Amino acid sequence: MSKLQVSTTINGDPQEFLCDPDTTLLDALREELGLTGSKEGCGSGDCGACTVILDGKMVCSCLVLAGEAEGRQVNTIEGVAEGGELHPVQSNFLELGALQCGFCTPGFIVAAKALLDRDPNPSETEIRYWLAGNLCRCTGYDKIVRAVQDAAAELRQERTPA
Amino acid sequence: MMATLAFHAPKTLDEAIALLAVDPRAIPLAGGTDLIVQLRSDRLEPSAIIDLKRIEKLSGVRRHGDGFAIGAATPCTALKEDAELAAAWPGVVEAANLIGSVQVRNRATMAGNLCNASPAADSVPALVAAGATCLVVGTGGEREVPVKDIPTGPGKTSLKPGEVVAEIRLPGRVGGEGDAYLRSIPRTEMDIAVVGAGANLAFGPDGTCTAARIAVGAVAPTVVLVNEAGEALVGTRLDDTALEKMAEAVRSACNPIDDKRGTVEYRTAMAGVLAKRVVAIARDRAGEKA
Amino acid sequence: MNAPQDKRSFRYVGTRPVRPDGVEKVTGKALYGPDFVAPNMLHGAILRSPHAHARIKSIDLRKAEALPGVKAIVTGADFPTLESLIMAVGESSSDIVHISRNCMAYDKVLYDGHAVAAVAATSGAIARQAIKLIDVEYEVLPHVLDIEEALRADAPVLHEDIFTKGVNPKPDKPSNAALRVEMAKGDLEEGFGKAAVVVSGRYTTEPVHQGYIEPHACVVSWNADGQLQIWTSSQGHFAVRSLTASVLGLSQADIRVTPLEIGGGFGGKTTIYLEPVATLLSRKSGRPVRLAMSRSEVFRASGPAPGAVIDLKMGAAEDGTLVAADIEFKYHAGAYPAITAHSGASSAIAHYKVPNSRVVGWEVLCNRPATKAYRAPGAPQVIFAVECALDELAGKLGIDPVDFRLKNAVRPGDKQFNGMPFGEIGYAECLEAAKAHPHWSAPLGPNQGRGVAGGTWGNYGGPSTAEVSVAEDGSVLVTTGSPDIGGSRASMAIMAAETLQIPYEKIRVTIADTSSIGFSMVTGGSRTTFATGKAVTDAAAEVVEILKERAARTWGVEPSEVDWRDGEAVCLAEGRTDERLPIGRIAGSAPFSGGPISAEAAINPGGYLAGYGVHICDTEVDPETGHVKILRYTAIQDVGQAIHPDYVEGQMQGGAVQGIGWALNEAYLYDKDGRLDNPGFLDYRVPVASDVPMIDTVMIEKANPDHPYGVKGVGEVPIVPPLAAVANAVTHAAGVRMADLPLTPDRVYAALRAAE
Repeated sequence: MSKLQVSTTINGDPQEFLCDPDTTLLDALREELGLTGSKEGCGSGDCGACTVILDGKMVCSCLVLAGEAEGRQVNTIEGVAEGGELHPVQSNFLELGALQCGFCTPGFIVAAKALLDRDPNPSETEIRYWLAGNLCRCTGYDKIVRAVQDAAAELRQERTPA
Repeated sequence: MMATLAFHAPKTLDEAIALLAVDPRAIPLAGGTDLIVQLRSDRLEPSAIIDLKRIEKLSGVRRHGDGFAIGAATPCTALKEDAELAAAWPGVVEAANLIGSVQVRNRATMAGNLCNASPAADSVPALVAAGATCLVVGTGGEREVPVKDIPTGPGKTSLKPGEVVAEIRLPGRVGGEGDAYLRSIPRTEMDIAVVGAGANLAFGPDGTCTAARIAVGAVAPTVVLVNEAGEALVGTRLDDTALEKMAEAVRSACNPIDDKRGTVEYRTAMAGVLAKRVVAIARDRAGEKA
Repeated sequence: MNAPQDKRSFRYVGTRPVRPDGVEKVTGKALYGPDFVAPNMLHGAILRSPHAHARIKSIDLRKAEALPGVKAIVTGADFPTLESLIMAVGESSSDIVHISRNCMAYDKVLYDGHAVAAVAATSGAIARQAIKLIDVEYEVLPHVLDIEEALRADAPVLHEDIFTKGVNPKPDKPSNAALRVEMAKGDLEEGFGKAAVVVSGRYTTEPVHQGYIEPHACVVSWNADGQLQIWTSSQGHFAVRSLTASVLGLSQADIRVTPLEIGGGFGGKTTIYLEPVATLLSRKSGRPVRLAMSRSEVFRASGPAPGAVIDLKMGAAEDGTLVAADIEFKYHAGAYPAITAHSGASSAIAHYKVPNSRVVGWEVLCNRPATKAYRAPGAPQVIFAVECALDELAGKLGIDPVDFRLKNAVRPGDKQFNGMPFGEIGYAECLEAAKAHPHWSAPLGPNQGRGVAGGTWGNYGGPSTAEVSVAEDGSVLVTTGSPDIGGSRASMAIMAAETLQIPYEKIRVTIADTSSIGFSMVTGGSRTTFATGKAVTDAAAEVVEILKERAARTWGVEPSEVDWRDGEAVCLAEGRTDERLPIGRIAGSAPFSGGPISAEAAINPGGYLAGYGVHICDTEVDPETGHVKILRYTAIQDVGQAIHPDYVEGQMQGGAVQGIGWALNEAYLYDKDGRLDNPGFLDYRVPVASDVPMIDTVMIEKANPDHPYGVKGVGEVPIVPPLAAVANAVTHAAGVRMADLPLTPDRVYAALRAAE
């Protein structure tokens, strides 16, 4: 099988890689580029552990072919913290103990950030439905939802001019 | 995995049609949320994948006469962003936005949902109730086909080799009309419909139902448009007798299977329950627009 | 330092600092099982049986071997023949022969998904292609999935060499009844004779999977001298070492297992599936080999918790005193004998005083994956039945269900089944808290119902090793052998900080590989914060003694003239009481005062106490569709002293939601040929965020006097009450007893219609 050459932008940096035509974006990130922050929990779009942002939209990278990323912008968990500074979603996950094993956490953080990027003040119900595609088996979701609420409040504060 | 698998991302529909024409084992890729799962589990072994998302005219919602044309590569979440479409066809837009998760809906398309030909596809009962059509394009030219005529059985469509659904068309709306879709799933999200029901109703100025289309999913090999159910409502003001007659017509039209997602008895009963509920929502919506 | 300290005097215990491994985990840097890469690594794939029960007649590897890129193939024939040997791992024990056969079938496959052969190749794609080229000739045998069917005389027998254990005399024929256990006391007839009300019934639950999001994965690198390295995520890398060594006949010292971060386990990662297979592939190929399961492999081939059929009869006197309980439960064992009947029998009514009782448990072999530990293994199923029956009894007696439980709850000093008195347990306090909670008295709307249920788990201690060493600048390294599955690094650091009286941030915690620290049992049985925490505390206390001794030497005073306060030595010698030596100064001069400062504790502590919980659940049932909505949920638990309350609450909330999933929607669905029909998260329906409300928690902090910081195990108790709490709530909402889990909409709908 001849390899595809893919040129894309990942977390702001240009990247090129070779892959098989049926390689998923998740496999390319993890195996070709060493970006193992995106996790594979199911490989079928049912758990959200592989959530990334593709051209501004959150998607399951296991349900994207790597070839589709040609010329696109991909943002992963590795790009959420800027220059060593944690994003409020990340710091609030830590402050509230919103992770236990941490395996689903990258997907939740990417998804929660995507929500807060478009809606600074989501209700609990909106948060729960937005995150319904991200499975967590450890926490029962309570502290995750609270961390997203707290991160939203912190972001609203930051955005309010002093 | 085929040794010769190729990946193409043509920029025009003509190129895509040409690629599909030369290779009978090539398959079109829209959102990929069904296709990639099938590819990974070896249920599909194509020779080439033709990505339709680089074709500009296949992405987005356009006005088409009085109505709307939705490009085949338009993700479900984009439908919500078109305020006019969401106002005119809330049932269709909601149906498409029940599929999977936000992550899935940012990729999945109604055309893909239709062509995957699952009897449980969420957007299809709503589209069938809406009287939607699709523009089918192939080497032989293009034709407009009712949505309900595309699926012919689980995983099977009436598309000829090399044909693709290029867009889905919804008619324009006048006052006094409303549509709705509901489904039954064990959880609140992330499940395949055990039963789905769509309704599209029109009312006269006095509140009499003048037109009604009721379609149900996951209760037969394809989505069923239950003509008798619609007829039971037309000419009435949706009194209890008419509603029960409608629900009975829906239950009679069900021919489901027992499977991991539901039993024959439960599916049949739920089809009636959901049909009544979607009729009530569609009536309220029509009232708001009267 | 066994006396419980006054809670208010703690500086770090009971606080909620950020966990030491937190930033790595929220930035995607932490390396989990599937993330590890070794240089020159091969990729493996496993061929699995498509049949539920079949004899392997032949395996033809020639086509697969001929595929370019294939470097090694392994079948059951490559595994050494083993003598039967029962090996204890965590809360369970298994015959090493069965563990080996479960890793790779030899003569027979016993379930859909049973491993038959494995390939290592230069890419995953080639390995997956190669397994399709392996021709296996099967003789398909009749299969059995259902407990009752498996016990019938004409049922297909899985193992010709298994005769029911626990039955005297030994049966003369093999059968699928692997084990019978019985715990009885008093006189049942006499007991029921005193009963004013008696309830009886049959309750059932389905097998459920632990549902950890991280699939099993490992990398193994074998060297020509017989030494090997294993990188894997597990609940116990020492168990991975001992089991792999036993399955393959290796010396444990030749195996170095490095723990990777673990993406959930809940008991399901206290065994091995892949490691011996990857070891053999690595030995054959001479290269490191990665084996990783897909999600469907996880569901088809890794251990679920058993389903159950429970027949029960319980009686109470007019005043609400329980007088008798007669309980017989049957659990799936799956393909190989399991151990959950013992803990089921010992947990069933362990939270109540029942003078006359008989609890009989069976384990039943069937053509499903071998059951494995899942959070309080064996307890939730039988306690589901017991707590539903208590609800019925309370209803018939007209007594508030919390009061009824309170009247019969075990309390400190009451006799346990073994005759020993209970220690400082807190079940009654949990029930009192439930009664006082606003949730218990909140109004309900139409089609809504409230359920309450209690539960218990015995918890455990077990061996642990910990090392505490002081760096030259006075910061401290804590090293343990206990995988951190839910924040235990933070708890270890807190307990070390409390003991050393230095800031939490000055302490860092490492989970060392099997060659770098002494033995620790698995992270399971709710034992880690208790037992490993005690080891850390003991080692830290010894470090304090060393620090004091070094200060004494520096000052030229007796060690008894040195106190340790706020992270520094304080001189008590007359006239010198203003002299201080902080930990950093002592550490900096350690080479000259006697050498490095470090202590190890290798212990097997007793003194663990059972945990208790009470959950309250409100549901609304849609009378037309049978859908159940969880409206409100409160979990109350005796947690001992909470070291890091966030992670204690997290255990309670997570356990509750797992229990809600068990109660409402999770089940294995097999087709008529015995193939798993829902091996994915699409149709194996764990709760999603929108299915559940916030889970309110009430921590009853009744300290354990036998732990330096009052710790009781907290991880397992919270999955015990939810099954009955939900079922009782649905029962009250629907007006009909729901005795069969899961309470899927179609089942609730059918029950509603049948009751009409």
